[in-house]
Amino acid sequence: MIHDLIIIGAGPAGLTASLYASRYQIPHLLIGSQLGGAIVWAAMVENYPGFELITGADLAQKMIEQVKKFGAEIKNTSVLEIKQKENIFELKTENDEIYEAKTLIFATGTQRQKLNIPGEAEYLGRGVSYCATCDATFFKEKIVAVVGGSNAAVTSALHLAALAQKVYLIYRKKPLRADPIWQERAQKNSKVEIIYETNVKEVLGDNQKVTFLKLDKVYQGNEQLKVDGLFIEIGGQPGTELVKNLSVELDGEGYIKVKPDMSTNIPGIFAAGDVANAFGEFRQIVTATSEGALAANSVYQFLKGGKKCPD
Amino acid sequence: MLVLTDKNFGDEVLNSKIPVLVDFWAPWCGPCQMVEPMIEELAKEFNGKVKVGKLNVDENPQVSVKYGVMSIPTVILFKKGKEVGRKVGFEGKETYIKLISNF
Repeated sequence: MIHDLIIIGAGPAGLTASLYASRYQIPHLLIGSQLGGAIVWAAMVENYPGFELITGADLAQKMIEQVKKFGAEIKNTSVLEIKQKENIFELKTENDEIYEAKTLIFATGTQRQKLNIPGEAEYLGRGVSYCATCDATFFKEKIVAVVGGSNAAVTSALHLAALAQKVYLIYRKKPLRADPIWQERAQKNSKVEIIYETNVKEVLGDNQKVTFLKLDKVYQGNEQLKVDGLFIEIGGQPGTELVKNLSVELDGEGYIKVKPDMSTNIPGIFAAGDVANAFGEFRQIVTATSEGALAANSVYQFLKGGKKCPD
Repeated sequence: MLVLTDKNFGDEVLNSKIPVLVDFWAPWCGPCQMVEPMIEELAKEFNGKVKVGKLNVDENPQVSVKYGVMSIPTVILFKKGKEVGRKVGFEGKETYIKLISNF
């Protein structure tokens, strides 16, 4: 069976694309490994119209319910590979199933940027974490480090400081790039110690859990910093692994280049949400949902053989 | 779904005759909220073959510390009282099915 459309990614962009595709009666499939996408890490969402305050996970669940109610089928798995065979795209998933589609919408978002240093993967879940709100509780009265200088890094450090004995905030540059209000709060917090112009080179442990970080320069007479945990908050990278062998054009930062109608340089392939370069660095739930809607509309036009966006 | 605690963990998990899949979670953890419905589906799909339970890490520190759980969601598969597989982080349902089928 050849689907008219397969949407890859189950965050706000993919879910909204599915809603609109259902409204246009486009038979389609939604495939995503992380249901809800990046918003599920958001403890508080206060800028999505209609909800004064909602958790990202609750908002995601509402979107998923709505998508299912509209009749779409969601496959909760990863796409491993995509091949183009003339005008058909063939997708292989983690559970070794093959799906075919006439059009694709990439709504694969961004993945958390890793430090890519020795010990990072080994101690994931044993001291290394990418979610301070999830894991702060395991570090009550312990010593932790946060890597990064953004709003996310500083707010994570402050969140951890409420429970931990001490929080090192390690940033490769100086000053921090977080908003002034967050910088000020970090500097005033007696538990937060900021280490500027320093990189973490290696995560060391006792095979059970993290014990030390190796730094690229001496700090207070030592190259090793004693910690129980390391929180990595250095931003995201676009989820474009799958598009690379499809010759989809990326911008200088690695995001998928889209035209105003969310089409890409490859006919039949569209992109929406954080993975697309539509709004530059402005990546919001509202921009993701609007891009998803737009992409579904463009797929509808494309399948009808209608208007095409000029280059 | 089966609610596991520091008290019943020995009886329900370590002494279980069939494998047990344990979902370590906490109420404030967003990804955990998304994983929970999948785990519930697995409980139904593997009914009789694999026991499935969830353990609140905040209320049950002993088990969490014993198994070195320091990040949630973490899902661990136990067989004959021993850990045989573990997935840390926000994963899709297929990943957990694979975790079970590998053993």
